[in-house]
Amino acid sequence: MVSITVNLISGRTIQQGVAIESGKEKPSYREAAGIIEMDPSDLKKLGAWKNTNVRVSSDYGSVIVKAIEATQGPHPGLAFIPMGPWANQIVNPNTYSTGMPTFKGTPVKVEVSPNEKVLLGVELVQKSCFGDSS
Amino acid sequence: MSEYIIKNGHVFDPVQGIKGDKADVAIKNGKIVKDSEVSKSAKVIDAKGKTVMAGAVEIHAHIAGPKVNLGRIYRPEDKLFTCTPTHGHERMGSGNSIPSTFKTGYEYARMGYTTAMEAAMPPLFSRHTHEEIRDTPIIDEGAFPVFGNNWFVMEYLKNREVENTAAYIAWLLRATKGYAVKVVNPGGTEAWHWGLNCLTVNDPVPYFDITPAEIIKGLIDANEYLGLPHSMHIHPNNLGNPGNYTTTLDTLKIAQGIKPKNKFGREQVLHLTHTQFHSYKGTNWGDFESGAKEVMDYINKNKNITVDTGNVTLDETTTMTADGPFEHHLTELNHLKWANVDVEVETAAGVVPYIYSPNISVCAIQWAIGLELALYAKDPMRCFITTDHPNAGPFTRYPRVIKWLMSQRARETQINAFKHKDKVLSQTGIGAIDRELTLYEIAAMTRAGPAKSLGLSSMCGGLAPGMDADVVVYNINPEKPFENPDQIEAAFSRAACVFKSGVEVVKDGEIVSSGNKRTLWVNAKVNDNPQVMRDITEKFLKYYSVTQANYESLGHSFVPNPYALEVDATQ
Amino acid sequence: MSKKITDVICPFCGTLCDDIEVLVSDDGKKILEVYNACVIGTEKFMHSGAKDRITRPRMRQADGSWKEVSYDEAADYAAQVLAKAKKPLMYGWSSTNCEAQSMGNEIAEVARACVDNTAAVCHGTTLIAVQDIGLPSCTLGEIKNRADRVIFWGCNPAHAHPRHMSRYSIFPRGFFTVKGQMSRKLVVVDPRVTDTARMADVHLQVAQGQDYELLCALRVALKKEWLPDTVAGVPKEKIYEVAEILKSGRFGIIFFGMGVTQSLGKNHNIDEAIALTKDLNEYTKYSIMPMRGHYNVTGSGEVLAWQFGFPYSVDLTRGFPRYNPGDSSSIDLLNRGEIDAAFVIGSDPGAHFPISAVKHLAHVPLVCVDPHITPTSGVSKLHVPVAFNGVETGGSCYRMDNVPIDGRKVVDAPEGMLSDEEFLVMVRDRLKKIKGVA
Repeated sequence: MVSITVNLISGRTIQQGVAIESGKEKPSYREAAGIIEMDPSDLKKLGAWKNTNVRVSSDYGSVIVKAIEATQGPHPGLAFIPMGPWANQIVNPNTYSTGMPTFKGTPVKVEVSPNEKVLLGVELVQKSCFGDSS
Repeated sequence: MSEYIIKNGHVFDPVQGIKGDKADVAIKNGKIVKDSEVSKSAKVIDAKGKTVMAGAVEIHAHIAGPKVNLGRIYRPEDKLFTCTPTHGHERMGSGNSIPSTFKTGYEYARMGYTTAMEAAMPPLFSRHTHEEIRDTPIIDEGAFPVFGNNWFVMEYLKNREVENTAAYIAWLLRATKGYAVKVVNPGGTEAWHWGLNCLTVNDPVPYFDITPAEIIKGLIDANEYLGLPHSMHIHPNNLGNPGNYTTTLDTLKIAQGIKPKNKFGREQVLHLTHTQFHSYKGTNWGDFESGAKEVMDYINKNKNITVDTGNVTLDETTTMTADGPFEHHLTELNHLKWANVDVEVETAAGVVPYIYSPNISVCAIQWAIGLELALYAKDPMRCFITTDHPNAGPFTRYPRVIKWLMSQRARETQINAFKHKDKVLSQTGIGAIDRELTLYEIAAMTRAGPAKSLGLSSMCGGLAPGMDADVVVYNINPEKPFENPDQIEAAFSRAACVFKSGVEVVKDGEIVSSGNKRTLWVNAKVNDNPQVMRDITEKFLKYYSVTQANYESLGHSFVPNPYALEVDATQ
Repeated sequence: MSKKITDVICPFCGTLCDDIEVLVSDDGKKILEVYNACVIGTEKFMHSGAKDRITRPRMRQADGSWKEVSYDEAADYAAQVLAKAKKPLMYGWSSTNCEAQSMGNEIAEVARACVDNTAAVCHGTTLIAVQDIGLPSCTLGEIKNRADRVIFWGCNPAHAHPRHMSRYSIFPRGFFTVKGQMSRKLVVVDPRVTDTARMADVHLQVAQGQDYELLCALRVALKKEWLPDTVAGVPKEKIYEVAEILKSGRFGIIFFGMGVTQSLGKNHNIDEAIALTKDLNEYTKYSIMPMRGHYNVTGSGEVLAWQFGFPYSVDLTRGFPRYNPGDSSSIDLLNRGEIDAAFVIGSDPGAHFPISAVKHLAHVPLVCVDPHITPTSGVSKLHVPVAFNGVETGGSCYRMDNVPIDGRKVVDAPEGMLSDEEFLVMVRDRLKKIKGVA
């Protein structure tokens, strides 16, 4: 299974901003924030078509998101997941005594995972906290 | 409402000319009344062997607003060992040089202060100032909006348009619920927006091409045109620099010959604030010496001026002022963290911590200068005690300043403790002064004098019937001399009891009620002035970053208990 | 018939636009149109009228379903949770007004709780840096009127503060900047070619996480001293070029965001950026300003500071205020499992905290006060929807440059709904009664 390692950052997008005001339980939130923006060269290395679901893993967790082509690139080696519960499955939670988790700059492994689904925002968090029974 | 009678105390009241005679003070419905007007059921407070004064009036302190809070935010170390727990009527408190708002109210009240003026309010931030004032319990407060670097003011005064300036002042006081015309480093703070300054009264302001002298004169004229309760209140150019006493005298001379015009009993046209910082001779920190004599000679001769001292208390404290360029200069001197906020169209502010160490000769000389000013003052009704809190020291040190002023022995003890005692004695006149201020003079300098200067002489600062029942009893027996001057400090630190507007708020140093504080502001009516209103609308559209409607909206939640002094300037 | 309300304040981000106009139905119950707001602000106003809004508090049952309860029952539960807890966390506060924040502080004092706001995951590290080195800054109108050099470092206003550039920082024609955009040079520092970077005169595509090195290099370049060939992926020629651009301005401003507050280096990055600003003041006039995220996170910091002395991560558990980021901050408290109850309002930690911290939140009694359904409400025991602050209630809020603005109400909340402040008053009164406090 081909996998690549990239440096993950997360942050705002306009679409994410609109989606959170529409309602985080809605599909529009998943459309806006359940994605990973990757440079075309990295998608090529991964051997993935754009708009494929991928599994992104770090030392802290793992999540399924949809891989799309970077909208604010080029940035080879750097990947972007908008701020939100998908990104927060895998970002570095360590604050190194500053109180601030390391939302920007987590090394992650990306593998193609076309048969796995991207969960909706609220259910993703509920599942992580309570397991599949919720 | 409640009736009280404070019996057998030694009363010191410059308003009625009572110099320590035994007298009773009667309180009814929040006001002072004649003894005969209270019933037999009035609660008796025994003040035998104690001193009774009116509540003290703080004429200038930085206790509420954006730069004060910036100081709190950026100095967590100010909270080290200075926090107080939730306790009885008290919310928890924190901070020494910049106490939290709750602690500010409690600490002033414990010392017998019942009214305080926030010294500088940037108009764009007036809502912030009022939120903090609202959250400061017990004491009545007002706030002075700053005008000396304001674009409207500079443009009108360049063309000597005093009436337009007055109309703008009236509009701004109403929009910001402000109390008086405050001027800080006139012109120099606008220059600071480009990194420059005005160090003399004749340095022109970049682009606006007006001098500080013209700004000062114009604002004095506008203030008298309106007849406001307080006079123009000024922090002159060139603060803190050796040799600056000449700038101070140049500033004071602008008021020469101008007569006060108002219905509030005010007799001055200019109030010079934290005079200590403006009374320096010498040419550098090496030959730095006191200019207190020169400045006080002028003040003593010119009766249309009042001053406050700005005493250095020899503490670690935080400086904060709308004199932005000065704060940048200070951080270059002491390399401590510097915060700055330039405010569009209006003003700026800077914050830098400072340590007035008794081992540094400059700080010791500053200490002496502050005391010299009060000790040279011929009229205690025109010279008031402040520390420009927190710039020269925390307001909680007022009892210590009073001790130094009342006891030559206490001054000597401090002088002998200085590492550079010889310099203090050679560069200032403090060693030769044996004057000791009396309780009557202290009452003038901390109560009757500031109240009169603020135009509040009918309301507070005295114990005459009809005035607000702001009454303080101190554990000082004027008939027994002090064994130790520290007893003065202890007595003024913890009043035996304090009444604010007829409500007992402090008992034996404990807070027993949060009272019902008021926000004092000035509502000046002027003739309709369409030109000024058009100018205001235009500047909001073009240069401000908020809309005019949003600037003007200062709803009830910000000023829940307002008290407006009405001024009619329509003639 | 409809009526237009002007000078409305948009309650989304720290830009706090106050020129919004809202068209409402005559009965004051429905928003018809929103003018001048960006697409996010428009959505916030319009969504308040959504038909699927939750309008009553609801309590999670043992089987995972929700049961509607009254506001009284909700306040009872919240007060009991806070009273019983040894170390409750009251978190959020950034999307509500100062009146509610103040009431929350009062509750936290009685409950002896930890109080924290969203600066914990946003500009908290900025506050730490400011506490070390200070902050030369200004109001946004100063930028509009004077700035001819604008730097966006580690922020992307095109996406996060959409009207910032048109209202304050790039396009406006101010008193000394009559040529608008033509008066200004824009430098953007970002590891990606963001939509903001595309507008820049110079884009420094810094290697992610190496902003500290680049800031140091710029300080060196100001003094024209030696630099290695590249720093942080940027060739030294470009660094010297940018240093000259910065020095040659009359009035410059550095805006910065999460790119430097959240990457490794954290508060040290900000410290260096502020040091760069101070250095620039030796040549010309410079200021620096954090791009605050929520529309009233600044307000929460101000209210906490004037009431308790510290701007965030305040620990009241011992009966007096304490502050120690890394110890008293929310993420660390949760990661160490020290919190035994949580009250979340005006924020969504369920979505924006790392999942390890969210798991702790989900396993203590969690009260979520939020008009929306969110990942936080999804794992809470009690969800209390309230009126949208800034849309259905007014109240004081503070812009990213600390300017206070009084929010406006434009429509009524749905029938029977309370505001944050009203609900908090109920909680406070019940808590005081339980604790036997006057």
